[in-house]
Amino acid sequence: MSDTAIAAPDGHVETPTKGRSLWQDARRRFLQNRAAVISLFVLGLVCLVAVLGPFLAAWSNEEVDWSVLGDIATLGAPSFENGHYFGVDELGRDLFARVVQGTQVSLMVGIVGSLIAVTFGTLYGATAGYVGGRTDNIMMRLVDILMSIPYMFVLILLLVVFGRSMWLMFVGVGLISWLEMSRIVRGQTLALKSKEYVEAALAIGVKHHVIVIRHIIPNLLGVIVIYATLLVPQMILTESFISFLGLGVQEPNTSWGALISEGASTLQYGTYWQLFFPLAFFIVTLFCFFFIGDGLRDALDPKDR
Amino acid sequence: MNSTETLLTVDDVKVYFKYGGTGLAKKKEQKYIKAVDGISFDIKRGETLGIVGESGCGKSTLARAVIRMVPAHSGRVLWMGQDLLELDGNSMRDQRKDLQMIFQDPLASLNPRMTLGQIIAEPLKTHFPKMPRSEIRAKVAAMMARVGLLPNMVNRYPHEFSGGQCQRIGIARALILEPKLIICDEPVSALDVSIQAQVINLLMDLQKEMNLSLMFIAHDLSVVKHISTRVMVLYLGNVVELAESEAIYQNPLHPYTRALIAAVPDLDKPAPADRASLMVDGELPSPLTPPSGCPFRTRCPIAQDICSVDKPKLNTSFNGHCVACHFHGVDQRDN
Repeated sequence: MSDTAIAAPDGHVETPTKGRSLWQDARRRFLQNRAAVISLFVLGLVCLVAVLGPFLAAWSNEEVDWSVLGDIATLGAPSFENGHYFGVDELGRDLFARVVQGTQVSLMVGIVGSLIAVTFGTLYGATAGYVGGRTDNIMMRLVDILMSIPYMFVLILLLVVFGRSMWLMFVGVGLISWLEMSRIVRGQTLALKSKEYVEAALAIGVKHHVIVIRHIIPNLLGVIVIYATLLVPQMILTESFISFLGLGVQEPNTSWGALISEGASTLQYGTYWQLFFPLAFFIVTLFCFFFIGDGLRDALDPKDR
Repeated sequence: MNSTETLLTVDDVKVYFKYGGTGLAKKKEQKYIKAVDGISFDIKRGETLGIVGESGCGKSTLARAVIRMVPAHSGRVLWMGQDLLELDGNSMRDQRKDLQMIFQDPLASLNPRMTLGQIIAEPLKTHFPKMPRSEIRAKVAAMMARVGLLPNMVNRYPHEFSGGQCQRIGIARALILEPKLIICDEPVSALDVSIQAQVINLLMDLQKEMNLSLMFIAHDLSVVKHISTRVMVLYLGNVVELAESEAIYQNPLHPYTRALIAAVPDLDKPAPADRASLMVDGELPSPLTPPSGCPFRTRCPIAQDICSVDKPKLNTSFNGHCVACHFHGVDQRDN
């Protein structure tokens, strides 16, 4: 607090000082959280691998290396000499290229799924909370009903009935996960709606949709960001689980879940790397997201102020 | 200054809140809390109407009902010839240009994600969306100077200011549209005493400059005395006394007003000998089950049988001094 600033102006005009917004405050707190910063860095590396991986790989993800196909358990092990940094899978394809491909798909499912969930959930929840009354009741009971459906069962049925496609997966996962988001946002909106600055905006004559956009959503963003970072790993987990069951992405496409599934089934032949590398990426990424989510929650927690 | 022009006339406004019997039981038992039970008053141009009363007597609800932040059950609010309660959303929004509000908690009434400049400019952007940026900036700067905020603070955020400064921001936001009436909902009760005086004096200066009318709500009688032209005393959603500020303080007619004034500690004068007898005991009755007849009778030192039967009307006596009591002693004075 700068109480001195009210002191009698001595005439000279100063240049406006930069204010420190709550976002800047939060960033400072976030950067002080070592685990979160390291996680952010590692996650950046994972993303970099996903983007630059195809250029680094000596083999493409479709090529079969016939020279190692005969004896994958010994010849197909990770080595720099033949360019298979992570070894090869049981069909003789370069595992590094496959993991890069799987990383792309898994991250995309996580991020696109979360985006759908966050966008839809925020709009839905903020509307229900802000309008309130009967509208709120009907909208939230609908969410309750949808939530009571065992979604994994429905998702699997959908994939079986309509065939396995990645887009159906995106939509299915995204459409289910907005439910929780909308509940959280609605609760927060209810709290924000009774804040005096919303009342002040109403007294000024600001229109309702402008109030939601200008006053409610910016103050919700902290919660939304935290929840979104925790939603991404959840999406990845769901996708991996479905892929592990063999219902997710289809060959020749792949994802972490599919790769882990393959790796697990060939473990008995001694090709441990086929499980290790996709699993390592998977676990490291999930940990990163959780640590970042934790860091963001500490940084953005409104109770901190 | 034409001080006789009436700006706002509030006529028998009632605000009832439903309670009890939610869901399926709703139809069976519909009860009301009478937060504001038929209040009438008017505000003239350039004057300040102080509204006092203890917590829960309906001060804030009344203010919010006048500007339609809370729906009124019945009554009329005549604002320059129009009934505000009957306007549709868009016409009401237009009227808000001239009717602004200052809030109790200075920090809570400012959006923490907006800079001071954005906050003060919001009314302009809302009502004059086509105003060029440079003009908005100039107006904001002028208004900031007027309320005593330094121009270099324009990019700061509310949490970087003290309570008094935040209230100045709130005042600047309310005044930037040059309204005719400002409703001040306990604007100083969250501030410490020295800052209170600054803010009150600022409001009074601005009022003189811009010929503003104020509806000033407070529970601190000395603050109200300082700023008000007339004072209205509320009790349990009813007006018990309404008179010129001087008259209320020199010659309170209602036992409740007398008790309120006796309760104000005064450094200069010794406490009146009969202070204890003037004080009222007990708590404000629950508005769920208001007393029959006069709402104040349960705590009134001079209550008689008639008080539980007849609700006293707000009678005008000499000089526009209104009081709602069967035994206010006006009669002797008039004779």
